[in-house]
Amino acid sequence: MMEYNEERCVIELQVNGLARQVMVRPADILLDVLRQELGLTGAKPGCKNGDCGACTVIMDGWPVKSCLVLAVEAVGHQIMTVEGLGASGGKTSSKSSSAGTSAGSSSGNADSGTGNGSGNGNGADSGYIDPVQAAFVQANAFQCGYCTSGFLMVCHALANQKPDAEEYEIESWLESNLCRCTSYQEVRQAVDIMLGRS
Amino acid sequence: MIPVNFAYCRPGTPEEAVQAYEGYEKAGKKTWYYGGGSEIISMARVGSITPEAVVDLKEIPACCELKEEGGHINMGGALSLRAIADSQCFPLLGKAVGRIADHTNQCRITLGGNLCGTIIYREAVLPLLLAEAQVSLQGPSGVRRLPLQEVFDGRMQLLPGEFILKVHVPKRYASMPYFHVKKAPTEKIDYPAVSLAAIIEKGRLRIAFAGICTYPFRSKEMEEALNDTGMTIEQRLNKAVELLPEEPADDAHCSRGYRQLLFENMVGQALMELSKASEAGAGA
Amino acid sequence: MGGTIGLNVKRKEAWAKVTGQAKYTDDFPTVGHYTARLLTSPYAHARIISIDKTDALSIKGVKAVITGEDYPNFCGPLLLDRPAIANQIARYAGEPVAMAIAVDEATAALAAAAVKVEYEVLPAVFTPQEAMKPAAPLVHENIGKYGHAAEDINPRPNSNISSYFPVRKGNMTEGWSNSQVTIEQEFFLPPSDHLAMEVRAARAEISKDGMVTITTSSQAPFEVRKQIAECFQVPAGNIRVLVPFVGGGFGGKAPVMQELLAYIASREVAGKPVRLVMDRKEDLTAAPSRAGLSARIKLGATKEGLLQAAELTFWLDNGAYTDIGPYMVKAIAADCTGPYRVDNLHCDAYGVYTNHTYATSCRSFSHESLTFCIERAMDLLAEKLAMDPLKLRMVNAITAGHYTPTQVLGTFSNLGNLPACISRLQEMTDWQEGPPVQITADTVRAKGMACFWKAATPPTNAPSGALITFNPDGSLNLNTGVVEMGSASQSHLAQMLADKLGISDDQVHVVLEVDTRLNPVHYKTVASITSYIAGRAVMRAAEDILAQLRKMGAEALSCFPEDIEIKQSRVYARQNPDIYIEFKDIVMGYKDVFGNSIGEPVVGRGTSMFKGLSNLNPKTGKGQSGPAWTVGAQAVEVEMDLRDYTYRIIHAYSVMDVGNLINPEGMSGSVRGGMSMGISMASRENFSYAKNGRGEMTTPSLRSYKALHIGEEPIYELDFVETPQLDAPYGMRSMSEHGIIGMPAALANALSKACGVAFNQLPLKPEDLWRTATGTGAVAEPMMAPDAAVAGAAAGDAAGADASAAAFAAGAGFAEGGIQ
Ligand SMILES: Cc1cc2nc3c(=O)[nH]c(=O)nc-3n(C[C@H](O)[C@H](O)[C@H](O)COP(=O)(O)OP(=O)(O)OC[C@H]3O[C@@H](n4cnc5c(N)ncnc54)[C@H](O)[C@@H]3O)c2cc1C
Ligand code: FES
Ligand code: FES
Repeated sequence: MMEYNEERCVIELQVNGLARQVMVRPADILLDVLRQELGLTGAKPGCKNGDCGACTVIMDGWPVKSCLVLAVEAVGHQIMTVEGLGASGGKTSSKSSSAGTSAGSSSGNADSGTGNGSGNGNGADSGYIDPVQAAFVQANAFQCGYCTSGFLMVCHALANQKPDAEEYEIESWLESNLCRCTSYQEVRQAVDIMLGRS
Repeated sequence: MIPVNFAYCRPGTPEEAVQAYEGYEKAGKKTWYYGGGSEIISMARVGSITPEAVVDLKEIPACCELKEEGGHINMGGALSLRAIADSQCFPLLGKAVGRIADHTNQCRITLGGNLCGTIIYREAVLPLLLAEAQVSLQGPSGVRRLPLQEVFDGRMQLLPGEFILKVHVPKRYASMPYFHVKKAPTEKIDYPAVSLAAIIEKGRLRIAFAGICTYPFRSKEMEEALNDTGMTIEQRLNKAVELLPEEPADDAHCSRGYRQLLFENMVGQALMELSKASEAGAGA
Repeated sequence: MGGTIGLNVKRKEAWAKVTGQAKYTDDFPTVGHYTARLLTSPYAHARIISIDKTDALSIKGVKAVITGEDYPNFCGPLLLDRPAIANQIARYAGEPVAMAIAVDEATAALAAAAVKVEYEVLPAVFTPQEAMKPAAPLVHENIGKYGHAAEDINPRPNSNISSYFPVRKGNMTEGWSNSQVTIEQEFFLPPSDHLAMEVRAARAEISKDGMVTITTSSQAPFEVRKQIAECFQVPAGNIRVLVPFVGGGFGGKAPVMQELLAYIASREVAGKPVRLVMDRKEDLTAAPSRAGLSARIKLGATKEGLLQAAELTFWLDNGAYTDIGPYMVKAIAADCTGPYRVDNLHCDAYGVYTNHTYATSCRSFSHESLTFCIERAMDLLAEKLAMDPLKLRMVNAITAGHYTPTQVLGTFSNLGNLPACISRLQEMTDWQEGPPVQITADTVRAKGMACFWKAATPPTNAPSGALITFNPDGSLNLNTGVVEMGSASQSHLAQMLADKLGISDDQVHVVLEVDTRLNPVHYKTVASITSYIAGRAVMRAAEDILAQLRKMGAEALSCFPEDIEIKQSRVYARQNPDIYIEFKDIVMGYKDVFGNSIGEPVVGRGTSMFKGLSNLNPKTGKGQSGPAWTVGAQAVEVEMDLRDYTYRIIHAYSVMDVGNLINPEGMSGSVRGGMSMGISMASRENFSYAKNGRGEMTTPSLRSYKALHIGEEPIYELDFVETPQLDAPYGMRSMSEHGIIGMPAALANALSKACGVAFNQLPLKPEDLWRTATGTGAVAEPMMAPDAAVAGAAAGDAAGADASAAAFAAGAGFAEGGIQ
């Protein structure tokens, strides 16, 4: 039986395909551990109460709100964060062959690790651009970008689990996330592009 | 961020789970069975509860079971709401749990957690009450299997150290015509103002509610009245309101008056479904 | 020009935002940081009798506990009325009363909870109406003694009036006698929240030699520097404020709050780096909100519908501290009639203290509230006149040659073209007079519309600047003080700059984070003024670059500077375009084939400051408070179920005069985003407060405070009118806030029409509509009626049985049993 009785314990997490050892309290939530211990700050806190979806990551293929998961619960499971999209191997299955490349190439070349300071941080990681990322850029499906990682993870899981999802299913998956900047019309469009439907 | 510390364990069998629970309790630790954790984490974060140990049930195979056996659909207590909805094993239940929280949360929230939670709606219970479901409860002295009604009185009445191992739904109910509506005050993604689940069994309505009162319930008296064709629809509606087990809830989420309006409209709709079904039945 | 104007250029930081690389304030490593957590007041109004820190300080890992007494200094952008932590009196539920600093967040949270505070509850006021009563409890006893950072705001000692702006024009007696039809109505909008998805966060650290570094999610880094300098007597040059990406602001991150707290926290622990992140509950209850508004509108018109007179009173619910509220009152006064010509006008606009969370700017600076009142009144007037509401708006639309309320002469440049917007809206919506359309036995469809206008109300001397440097590949770096928070303003500036320099947009790199020591001063990233004031600075910097390149190019190419053309990153003489110098060979200074050094590296600089603005005359309001207006017309179509008053918004339309549509997709996104926020706000958002004597907020989490989710949005249809604003770069008008403005009014108008019942307050939740329509108890909050004492608590609002209120307050939602 797996047991963590100490105030602090070392656990191994599988994140974006890599095994990572971290020291945590059993009461630590996955969101905080990803951000503070592993530096994976793509998942964002927006409420820490399960309501906003900004913290969404993928666990064993399904979207979960990492603010409502204990880090120790993730032991033995595969976690994927936005940082794992594209280059690190997480690939959204997509029916559109063009979405990945067209938006990527229209916006200049790779420029990895640019952070905020880049003017033309146009390129994502020098590797592969995931169709969901390309679709979000193409559809202007974000403004401030704070909700974006969460939406991307839901969409990525959706494309893999339910590539034939009907409109109402897409809607019910995306209802898990809040965006205050866009009108959602752009997000819908991005999903259509991702699924090769527009 | 949860400020307090607690121990965590993940047993692989029901017996281990009970042992772990008892072990912690014996060591003086306030212990919680842990399903999806959605409620435990959010309440611990704000300090409403201060668990000292949690026993995670999600990797006990029996708790994750979903299969048909002897005329029953057996559902493990740690099944996620999404797994239940996606399986289509009991469409009405799938509908009801598919409206709890949101899709991503449904990937974590468990059936047992919803039934045993503190949040007053426990919407998964409605179809189960209508379908005469049974529950298997695992406790220190073994497993007891009994009708859900006997242990659900607005909330689960479990003995110390007990948890929901499985829920058993008689198969024949799973395929009966049903009706489900959930109305929240404004947002779709919200707690219900009123949530209604109904099954039409041989031209008779079975009906259960959450939201309208401070706990979920199925009322046989109300079913009697609603099925009483000797009364007009309006009389039946009035009677249904009279037979509520308590006055409609009145709180910051939704006022009593508006809840009642929704209740009447929704029950009215259910009666229309009933008459449609019986017409179809008569025609057949 | 380079031809980048009108293209759908993607925002500069697009890839950073889809890869998780974009860094927001709390995304930097936390190693070596202490964490601060707040303890907030559970009471709306209470005297702090005593505070006992002993238990908190005894927890292992706790470094300090600060209370209001430690830092009694007052701060504020206009009136210095707010201490960083409540001192002696807490004026709203949620106000910080203590802050614990510890080695980690968990310890800090335990320590904050262990601070024991003894309160004496004081009577509180929750609406402007209560606050305006002669014997009302005073939220501030000493308004008269507060320092001022602005002189024109007129707080009234011994009252709850924190600011006042009158407008007087024409002759009211004449106006009323010319009016054959009049209407009078009161309106009420409760406070609500910006609800940026990123909660407010800040970090601070102070070096041994006194250098202060603040990293913060702020729209106003230069204001942070100013307030910390002034409030705590730190030389401004010792303060460095860094702002990385901001996860949405909407005006809510223009105030200075978390920065003050982080600063004193660091100061208390000998300058160690301290991190403070408000949780969502604090972000909703402690941090400033959107202001509520109460209004009484009286309009008079001829029987043809021409407006003759308007008597308008507005009471802005400023909450417990003024922040920028007085200028919102000023903005309401300046635009008080909506975009209509009214020659006889009497308007009083008040800012009123209440024991609500203090309020600040929120997308459109109260224009969505003002517009709600005016545009509902216009529909009521149309109804009384039996006139098409669209036509009524058309005949009264303000346009060139008319005077505004504060007596500015309108021109097409400063007003744009509202009639053109209305006409276009009429076509788009297929606007029809007549009753709602019956869809089924129980459902109807109806449309409602609203017009709007808005001018910015910046300080009359608000500054901006741009600094441009080059890279060896000939590309350039644009530095401004503008914050990237989603509005893509920097990307728009880059687009203008590329066009001006005749280069392609991807040659412009934008420095997206702000560092107050590197970037030129920019007032605040607010009020959609960026394209105007920062745009002017960028244009000047571009001119500066062009002049330098012409001079150097002339020398290098042996021609006159006037002959030099600059296009496609090349410098050449007009008469000989085949001989050119690439940017990369000249921007770092030129070396000719003989090795001669010609010119020097190019650096562009440009600054700007508003010109021609004035304070409003304290008696008549005469004066010019903003550079120009943006006008528009919007509509929504609803389908309503008359059985339970639930509804769907099917379509939302907007036509806006943006001057120049320089980036159609990007700008459309801003407009739709604004419309979405307006729809969400009007249909479901409001703060409510428990009526239990404590007055805590009953909506302190996203479980109880609802915002629009996907699936509830309408189909958006947009169009634009382009009447250039002659003094603005590329003629482009402010537009990034404006999508919100007409939405609440248009929705209320549509629902009122669908139902045949006048809905004159927000929010428009089905339950509220049901109450109004059936007269079932009063609506959620009492109406404003300053002269007559108006009913107290409304029936339905008595809701929130204590246990549930406490559960909500705890943020986890609605659980059984009390949550402490
Ligand atoms: C965003 C959000 C929205 C929500 N909206 C709704 C809604 O609309 N309708 C609704 O009904 N609910 C709603 N909920 C409540 C949600 O259903 C509860 O959080 C859920 O019931 C808890 O399930 P869990 O598996 O996460 O339980 P946990 O948090 O793990 O546990 C909850 C409680 O159940 C006990 N428990 C868990 N599993 C078992 C078991 N097998 N046997 C015995 N006891 C057990 C635990 O000890 C604990 O007391 C919402 C929750 C969230 C986060
Ligand atoms: S932070 Fe997890 S859902 Fe909001
Ligand atoms: S882009 Fe800002 S919240 Fe979605």
